[in-house]
Amino acid sequence: MPYLGSEDTVRELRRALSNPNIQSDQLRYRNTILKVIRAMSQGVDVSGLFSEMVKACATVDIVQKKLVYVFLCSYATLNPELSLLVINTLRKDCQDPNPMVRSLALRNMTNLRLPSLVEYVEQPLTAALRDRAACVRRVAVLGWAKLHNLQPNSEIDAAVVNELYSLLRDPDPVVMVNCLRALEEILKEEGGVAINKPITHHLLNRLKDCDVWGQCEVLRILQRYQPQSEDELFNILSLLDASLVSPHPPVMAATLSLFLSLCSGLPAVSLAALERVRGPLLAACGSTSREMRFTALCHIQLLLRSLPGLMGAHYKRFFCGYAEPAYIKQRKMQVLVELVNDENVAMLLDELKGYCTDVNTDTAQAAITAIGRIGRSYSDSCLQILTGLLALKQDHITSAVVQTMRDLVWVCPQCSDTVCLALEGCEETLQDSQGRQALLWLLGVYGERVSSAPYTLEVFIDGVRCEASLGVKMELLTTTMRLFLCRPAETQDMLGRLLHYCIEEETDMCVRDQALLYYRLLHRGIGETRKVLQGRRSDPSLGVLIGRPAEPISQWARSFNTLEPLRQGTIETESASRGSPEHVTFEPKTNTDLSDTLSCSQVEKVHSDSDSASRRTDSCADVLASSVAVALSLSLFPALSPEEFEHLWLQRQDLHSKQGAEKMVEEEDYVCLEASFQSTAIPHCSPQSLQAGLQLVNIQTLAFTPPHTLPWRVYLYTHAQHGHSGDAPRSTLILGELLHTGEENNRAGAKKGMCDGDVGVEGMQAERVREGVQTTDDGLSGKESVRKEEEVKVTLKQQPRDDQALKGFLSILKTVLHTLSSERN
Amino acid sequence: MISQVFILSSKGDHLIYKDFRGEAGSDVVSVFYEKVTALTGDQPPVVMSHKDLHFVHVRQGGLYWVATTTADSSPFTIIEFLNRLTALVKDYCGSLSEKSVQMNFALIYELLDEIVDYGYIQTTSSDVLKNFIQTEAVSSKPFSLFDLSNVGLFGAETQQSKVAPSTAATRPIQSSREQGGKSEIFVDVIERMSVVIGSNGVLMKADIEGEIKVKCYMPSCSEMRIGLNEEFSIGKSQLRGYGAAVRVDECSFHQAVRLDEFDTHRILRLCPSQGEQTVMQYQLSDDLPSAPPFRLFPTIERDSGGRLLMYLKLRCDLPPKSAAINVCATIPVPKGSVSLSQELSSPDQSAELKLQSRAVDWQIPRFPGGTQLSALFKLEVPGLSSASMLEVGPVGLSFELPKITVTGLQIRFLRLSPVQPGPSQRWVRYVTHSDSYTIRI
Repeated sequence: MPYLGSEDTVRELRRALSNPNIQSDQLRYRNTILKVIRAMSQGVDVSGLFSEMVKACATVDIVQKKLVYVFLCSYATLNPELSLLVINTLRKDCQDPNPMVRSLALRNMTNLRLPSLVEYVEQPLTAALRDRAACVRRVAVLGWAKLHNLQPNSEIDAAVVNELYSLLRDPDPVVMVNCLRALEEILKEEGGVAINKPITHHLLNRLKDCDVWGQCEVLRILQRYQPQSEDELFNILSLLDASLVSPHPPVMAATLSLFLSLCSGLPAVSLAALERVRGPLLAACGSTSREMRFTALCHIQLLLRSLPGLMGAHYKRFFCGYAEPAYIKQRKMQVLVELVNDENVAMLLDELKGYCTDVNTDTAQAAITAIGRIGRSYSDSCLQILTGLLALKQDHITSAVVQTMRDLVWVCPQCSDTVCLALEGCEETLQDSQGRQALLWLLGVYGERVSSAPYTLEVFIDGVRCEASLGVKMELLTTTMRLFLCRPAETQDMLGRLLHYCIEEETDMCVRDQALLYYRLLHRGIGETRKVLQGRRSDPSLGVLIGRPAEPISQWARSFNTLEPLRQGTIETESASRGSPEHVTFEPKTNTDLSDTLSCSQVEKVHSDSDSASRRTDSCADVLASSVAVALSLSLFPALSPEEFEHLWLQRQDLHSKQGAEKMVEEEDYVCLEASFQSTAIPHCSPQSLQAGLQLVNIQTLAFTPPHTLPWRVYLYTHAQHGHSGDAPRSTLILGELLHTGEENNRAGAKKGMCDGDVGVEGMQAERVREGVQTTDDGLSGKESVRKEEEVKVTLKQQPRDDQALKGFLSILKTVLHTLSSERN
Repeated sequence: MISQVFILSSKGDHLIYKDFRGEAGSDVVSVFYEKVTALTGDQPPVVMSHKDLHFVHVRQGGLYWVATTTADSSPFTIIEFLNRLTALVKDYCGSLSEKSVQMNFALIYELLDEIVDYGYIQTTSSDVLKNFIQTEAVSSKPFSLFDLSNVGLFGAETQQSKVAPSTAATRPIQSSREQGGKSEIFVDVIERMSVVIGSNGVLMKADIEGEIKVKCYMPSCSEMRIGLNEEFSIGKSQLRGYGAAVRVDECSFHQAVRLDEFDTHRILRLCPSQGEQTVMQYQLSDDLPSAPPFRLFPTIERDSGGRLLMYLKLRCDLPPKSAAINVCATIPVPKGSVSLSQELSSPDQSAELKLQSRAVDWQIPRFPGGTQLSALFKLEVPGLSSASMLEVGPVGLSFELPKITVTGLQIRFLRLSPVQPGPSQRWVRYVTHSDSYTIRI
């Protein structure tokens, strides 16, 4: 009745429901009720018909009963008084000889969700636990859980709990599983149903009687069980082996989850289990249901984190189908990138090349990004494909290719020659701001090798008035400055015009300030400008993160078979596509820019602790700008490889532990220092932002544990130089470790162990640092001081010894960490 | 644990809404719809969240089937459940469409009531459910003259009644109750094929995923025996004899299938329950027993007038008596293509330039085995460059091969015991289809 308003509909229905002629004709009565339900599910408010529907409830027609119950359960909470009338009918039905009617009445009685009716429900519910028919017992068991959640504070009868425990031995498997579910909810405060050895083995033996859903539930609850001996553990594992390769993905996933939690101490067994599920998982990847395929792919990505070689031989299974939706294609490409090896690289690239011209622009861009990722290991063939794609002259492809090249060059500087050659002529096809930013960055950094760079820039500068993107304008300024440094004759005029426009006419403060900064910088002379602007062109050490070693399974085991891997993907793909802010922030390219533009004189100035506390701000620029006494400069050159780092670190440790405390004093050129920071958020920072933040001040991070893991560690190094008193600058190498064990702050023990016998200077220094941190914390708003304080322990090793440099370094490090944690908050 | 289940039409109409736990209001339905329509396409739409609530949805029959749940529940379980729900609705209502769901909403509420209680899945087996489901399905069959053509003059049997119409299996299982005469069983062997053929004609990848589905309309059936080819083998090691072995890599069975005769005689024994179920699933990778069904010989060039000429010869390598149907070749063309002129080898074919998807769609309704079709497409592409040729291809084919299985799997016999009283009909159908048959150019 679409032409009637909802009030008219209700009036019409009410008239029909109370018409005695209709009431006497069963079929017409049922049809009228059907109309009510239809209106209800279409969103019409039919709650006004409650009393008429209550009357319709007293019938022998089961279909009509069911329909009325659907109505009553939806509207009972609005009419608690009238609902009382239904209870009588329902209680009568609970005595019905037909088990179907009994279970129906019982289910709906508990579904009314009215706390006032609980007293009427308890008695039939107790009786139903001992009903002959399994379907009634099933409903009754869950009914107790519903009752308990209606009055969460009321004490549940111990007799009922015992009854439910005994029903775990019910012959009907669904009753058994429902008991587990009900107990889990009723005993939530006590940590859920008690899983002891007899119950576990009973459940395991009954597992094969259950259907898929029951099995999943049992397997999930068994995760809480701790086997008492290794023999028992292996017994359980062998019982579970069959369901590990179950053709039903839910059972397979639940079993693997249980396996991983049982074998958390036995990594070899866990890895073997991962090998076992490869077949079923691959089968799920080929399922008819797209959603199931997607889920399986997401979980395969998890597995690959620990066992990169798991799917290597099956890479063809991850080739995209022509008709697959974009979100599956993109997932498959992410997996393909992980599977690349010497044998299949040609085949894989060939396949990925085919996706680059996909109609869906997101898929095409994802394919190009994937090729770029592979390019970090196989740069030649990938660059060939990428340059080939530029010839297509399509804006979205060109944009993606230029961005990919920028990211590639940052990691693999050896690619720069090819990239420079390929850049000519790109600017004509580029439309979007991300792509143009990437192009500008490349022109700025490799300007001397791209012959047409000034002409390209000129076009940009002429059009700057109509430029909408802030990012492009900022990039344009930096690029023009950089190009001016290497090709002054060609660029001087246009730089002048650009600066003039930006300072005089630009309305955006960021652009204007940046331009002013450059303008003043130029006044300081070309040498100063060069120091500021010519930073690093690449960061090969990022490669360490790419060829990352296998993660331990425990890192992801907890999120296996939850919605998390599917959701994580959302974030990943978002940041993989262009335009999302996180991407921009964490992009290595942006880091350089910041560090290049902000490190005004490459002389990081260290200030006293109290000073830093008062000036703590969110922006790194301020950190660097705040002024002080000791001039200290950090630099990353010569670079230190992870192996060298490890060697030095361990060597120092040995030395330290072997030689006694007194010998430390004699060890002139070596110093070890421990200190601790109160920093709430640092261990939860994303590795990208941490790395970006530290690179800003020229501290290189070498290795991390992922966020939210314990113990959380970061290894870092830098070279410190300070030419304080005018004499020849002394250079010293500082190695550092940040450690967060997750324990509550323990100030007394903060400085211990390795440092005990150290000279007084160090002791005092550490003391001072801690005080400084304290003031920092106290100086903060109340909100922050209330939060649980967590401690990050810092161990620094320095060679040769230079106390002042070390002090300065510690202070810089501290400021960066604080800034990062405040940004997170 | 499932908090709510709802079904939305593609336009966002609320068809079914069922709240199991009363934890969230019904306004989340509109929240869901807003979210799902706001998707740009590059985000995986399977899981979305709103505050503490997580939406998991599948799309089937043009409808959104959504469950809301908590973050720690298993995605495998929820998605499998939603798929199972769609299958049940299809079994009970005959087909899966907005209309059938709308007409049978009472039945679907009843189903939901029985399969989920308080957010916990109770049972989804149609054997159990048939005792509980009381509502009759309303089937939405449009009036069609074809229905009349089956009835011969004076009720005589006509030729057509020997072959089951394709709609025979899309009817609700419950109607078999009153139409006692129509007790039928369908066994379908369905294979999905995905193939990549390189530009040099070499088969680069071939995957076949097959399944045997049984759709049973019999009210009672104690046991069914399905005999497969005797030379059927699983895995690589078991090749025996010289005969053309039918081989698959991996194979899995429904848990109700008894395999005691499988090793010796390749016989599956099961008691089918009403409705549709997948009895067996199998996969075969890379090693096809026969040549791939289609080969393409393309010639692509630029003519002097700046037009793109595509001369395509498509050969069907099926046995001469069989044919592929609904063949559709999609040929991606350079961006900026304006118009298409075509020369096709027979009048029943058609071709169209789809600007939206930047491709030429070449439709061939029927393609007999052993024949070759050719097509000449001339495309106007302003500013055609040699690099644009890179954008042509790969060609994607989609097709159906009725009465053919690529693996060669056949059903030798289908026996029911005890023998059904009254007229019972057993149908075996084979089909191979592919929507991902890629030929590189």
